[in-house]
Amino acid sequence: MEKTVNQRAWILVLPVVLLVAFSSVIPMMTVVNYSFQDSFRGNDFFWVGLEWYSELLRSERLWDALGRQLLFSFIILLIEIPLGILIALSMPKKGWLASLCLVLIALPLLIPYNVVGTIWQIFGRSDIGLLGRVLIDLGFSYNYAQNAFDAWATVIAMDVWHWTSLVALLSYAGLRSIPSAYYQAAKIDQASRWSVFRYIELPKLRGVLIIAVLLRFMDSFMIYTEPFVLTGGGPGNATTFLSIDLVKMALGQFDLGPAAAFSLMYFLVILLISYVFYTVMISIDKDETKQ
Amino acid sequence: MEWMAWTWPTALFFAAIAAALAAMAVLHVKYPSSPRTGVLGIETMRGDRFFISLLGSAFINLAWIGLLDAPQYWALVVCAVFAFCVFRWV
Repeated sequence: MEKTVNQRAWILVLPVVLLVAFSSVIPMMTVVNYSFQDSFRGNDFFWVGLEWYSELLRSERLWDALGRQLLFSFIILLIEIPLGILIALSMPKKGWLASLCLVLIALPLLIPYNVVGTIWQIFGRSDIGLLGRVLIDLGFSYNYAQNAFDAWATVIAMDVWHWTSLVALLSYAGLRSIPSAYYQAAKIDQASRWSVFRYIELPKLRGVLIIAVLLRFMDSFMIYTEPFVLTGGGPGNATTFLSIDLVKMALGQFDLGPAAAFSLMYFLVILLISYVFYTVMISIDKDETKQ
Repeated sequence: MEWMAWTWPTALFFAAIAAALAAMAVLHVKYPSSPRTGVLGIETMRGDRFFISLLGSAFINLAWIGLLDAPQYWALVVCAVFAFCVFRWV
């Protein structure tokens, strides 16, 4: 039987194309235009060519912010992924306790970003905050507003508190989808708990873990609100990540040209990483389908 | 459109990208491409190779600006060679 060719689907896709054009493509084109020009009074533009790109790529400011950003993403992935798996493994499998755990674990995810920043800002304060007060009473000289290490530790703790739940919930869903036949076979073989995890659970979690790594990496790479509310990028520039630096440049200094060039480079890095993750995910899906 | 701060070079750049996308669409209709696995070990179609070429070219241009003082059009030559390699072997 000959297959009917129907092009009407293109018309159905048109609203999405228009929406993406207005929300993404046109603003992106504007950013590209701005990145090659200098602006005065906000609306007088002068062509400067590649000057902003050259200036930014040779400035320590961009590389320092990128370094801090990569380090932050690396640290939180290193903590959140194993911790999320561990929590998922420890959660009850069924019954009312499982439902209660799910609700409690999902709670941090429901809190808006700026509220999380505010909670931790108060929580960590050495004069009135519970965490700050306890640490000082224990003999630590903790002050996230003045000490770079304390600021980093607090920002990381805040992100771990906010987002480990996501990894835990994804891992839990992955664990629940493993057929019980695998566990029965492991029991017959008298496999240890570690072997069950290493040879059954971890391989079966591969798909959801890649999604978790992708989501957490992208989100941490674009983090802005929480550290901005908590530390404002300080002390000094200690917690000035890429997006904080970008906003300082675009809104604080109103340097639209350099900020546009910065945005485009930031976007390209995110696009590259997303593409790599996407490709890996697709190839894993194909491998699993073949199996 | 004034708020978008258009210039001739950027308008030409976007027109070139749009023309390339249209050409790829026409090519796909006339000569549909089939997936193949190249040197990167991933399955790619013609559109994927085009995307990799564009993304790689952006980074080649940035590296050129950041590392060298040579004229930028030489970077375009490198990009063309890169795109040829991607379409041939990826």
